[in-house]
Amino acid sequence: MNMNVIETSGLGKRYGGTWALRDCTLAIPAGHVAALIGPNGAGKTTLLNLAVGLAAPTAGGVTVLGGRPAGSPAALDGIAFVAQDTPVYRNLSAADMLHLTRNLNRRFDQHYAETRLGELGIPLKRKAGKLSGGQRAQLALTLALARRPKLLVLDEPVAMLDPVARHDFMATVLTAMVDDGVSVVLSSHVLADLERVADYLILLSRGGVQVAGEADDLLAGHRLLTGPAAEADGLAGRLAVVHVRRAGAQAHVLVRATAGDPVPPGWEAHPVGLEELAMAYLREPGAAALPGPVRARDTKQATPTEVTQ
Amino acid sequence: MTTLTVPARPEDDTSPPPVPWRRMAWVTWRQHRFTLAAVAVFLGALAVGLWLAGLKTHHVYAALVAACHPASAACAGMSTTFIGTNGFLSNGFILQAVPVLIGAFAGAPVLAREMETGTFRYAWTQGFGRWRWTLAKLAPLAVAVAAAAGALSVLLSWYYQPYFATGNQAASFSELTPFFPGVFDLHGITFAAWTLTAFAIGALAGMLIRRVVPAIAATIAAYAGLAFAAGGFLRQHYLTPRVTSNPNVPGSAWIISQWWTKGGRFAFAGWPPDRLLQQFCPQGPQAGVGPDGEPKTVSIAECLTPHGYTQWTSYQPASRFWPFQWIEGGWLLALSVLLIAATIWLVRRRAA
Repeated sequence: MNMNVIETSGLGKRYGGTWALRDCTLAIPAGHVAALIGPNGAGKTTLLNLAVGLAAPTAGGVTVLGGRPAGSPAALDGIAFVAQDTPVYRNLSAADMLHLTRNLNRRFDQHYAETRLGELGIPLKRKAGKLSGGQRAQLALTLALARRPKLLVLDEPVAMLDPVARHDFMATVLTAMVDDGVSVVLSSHVLADLERVADYLILLSRGGVQVAGEADDLLAGHRLLTGPAAEADGLAGRLAVVHVRRAGAQAHVLVRATAGDPVPPGWEAHPVGLEELAMAYLREPGAAALPGPVRARDTKQATPTEVTQ
Repeated sequence: MTTLTVPARPEDDTSPPPVPWRRMAWVTWRQHRFTLAAVAVFLGALAVGLWLAGLKTHHVYAALVAACHPASAACAGMSTTFIGTNGFLSNGFILQAVPVLIGAFAGAPVLAREMETGTFRYAWTQGFGRWRWTLAKLAPLAVAVAAAAGALSVLLSWYYQPYFATGNQAASFSELTPFFPGVFDLHGITFAAWTLTAFAIGALAGMLIRRVVPAIAATIAAYAGLAFAAGGFLRQHYLTPRVTSNPNVPGSAWIISQWWTKGGRFAFAGWPPDRLLQQFCPQGPQAGVGPDGEPKTVSIAECLTPHGYTQWTSYQPASRFWPFQWIEGGWLLALSVLLIAATIWLVRRRAA
């Protein structure tokens, strides 16, 4: 599976006079659970809508699953999309929703779908509108996975769910990824939801890509330095400083450095967590460092640790 | 619709065979069966009501034809009874609402509900494809509601039959023109065509407005405007009206306009000016005495013709009823196809 599940080039989308997404160039390789992170209004939903063909770009282009135009029959065939708030027909039963989805697609694994709903304790005869939020989300996810997609796209899948439902939902996603090799792209404005499962990170802010790359590479490429606050500003000249957070006399400075790089005297280096890293970049929209692969044409070289299924 | 700037690297299965159309039939049926059932119940109830009322009308009419001697006073009374029978329905204006009710309540929600509840994000990202999905929903539903309306219009034609029977005028019953506004489009093929058009307007309004209730309201408004324009301005121009100077235009004809000439030059249109009436018909048009001494109605024509005036009438003869039906049915069908095509085009290019 040596391809990009989503590849954009100079992609832009304008609603009225406002650019929801602007000059977005990125390539998400296959075989990952890719987390699309960003504050509200960063353009996450817009990017996903463009990728699944619900919206047409104002500028640039987007292809999926190795070069298929977004929204084309070939693209629709290979992508399953679960939209925000997991829309299903509320007046139809779960069984009807299975039947509906089976009729609307070339492939549908009825056995898988029924087994999964059974395991989740979702009665087939119950109307979708009478299911709890968590059950409805699971139903939508089951419908999507039973299509046996190559790429699963989830827009804010857990935003409306309680912690237990959140956990169950993400466990299902992870199982599908590990067992069936489904590539996953999911968005959230809360990284904590995704940190456990995501191994690829795309950070959007103000309609553009700020960070993109494999989680391991990002973590290996950043260190958190702790030292005297008075010297924090002096670091900028010597190191690639992303963000400085002051706490009293101490300062925590996120820098782009590997574990082998020398640490300035008086400072202590720590590995950084994904959430901390994302927060630092979100607080510094001007930093706009792009440690990961963002160019469309050299993804092979940029993703050396690509997972092969 | 997407400008590709990224080099395409297609895989083997880039062009999967499309999901067969017949699979959408179940989807359309499952999602709209209640709408179709509601249309059937509504039209069925209407049909029963019309049938019962129609039986009565036909009964009264048959008695009238059998018993009535032309030009007798008793006949005039019975004629009034006949016209009064089901007068509520016979004027047709109530039934005018049927096509637009079907169109608004069956057509407008098809897309508006998907947009309102967000389920279009589910439906349009399935393998079937969104423009095919739209076509596979709108086309069968449009055919179904038009067919149901067509069935009702057969009953309506039977219901109105006595009012338009040839020779009613000769028997001194009031004779209606089949072009009578509010009735012309209730029988023949136009009833089904107007229902189809209302459905197509509803579908497009639903896609444009994206909310069910406003889309229904907009459908009713747009349909009312179109029906008013068609009945009031368009229909009379389908074929060039005939023009005659014979004052005895058949009662079944649709009179478009009347005017007078004197000495080959246009004198006035419609009703004569008061000046002329005072000069030539000082007693008014009603007061007159026939040759047998009985009071007699003297028409304006009888007043003015001896003074060199000629009355001209442009009219559509009743024999043009079917050509008019086909013309109206034809352009309504073309309009409906256009509206549905526009709806599908909007679905295809819509930016979510």
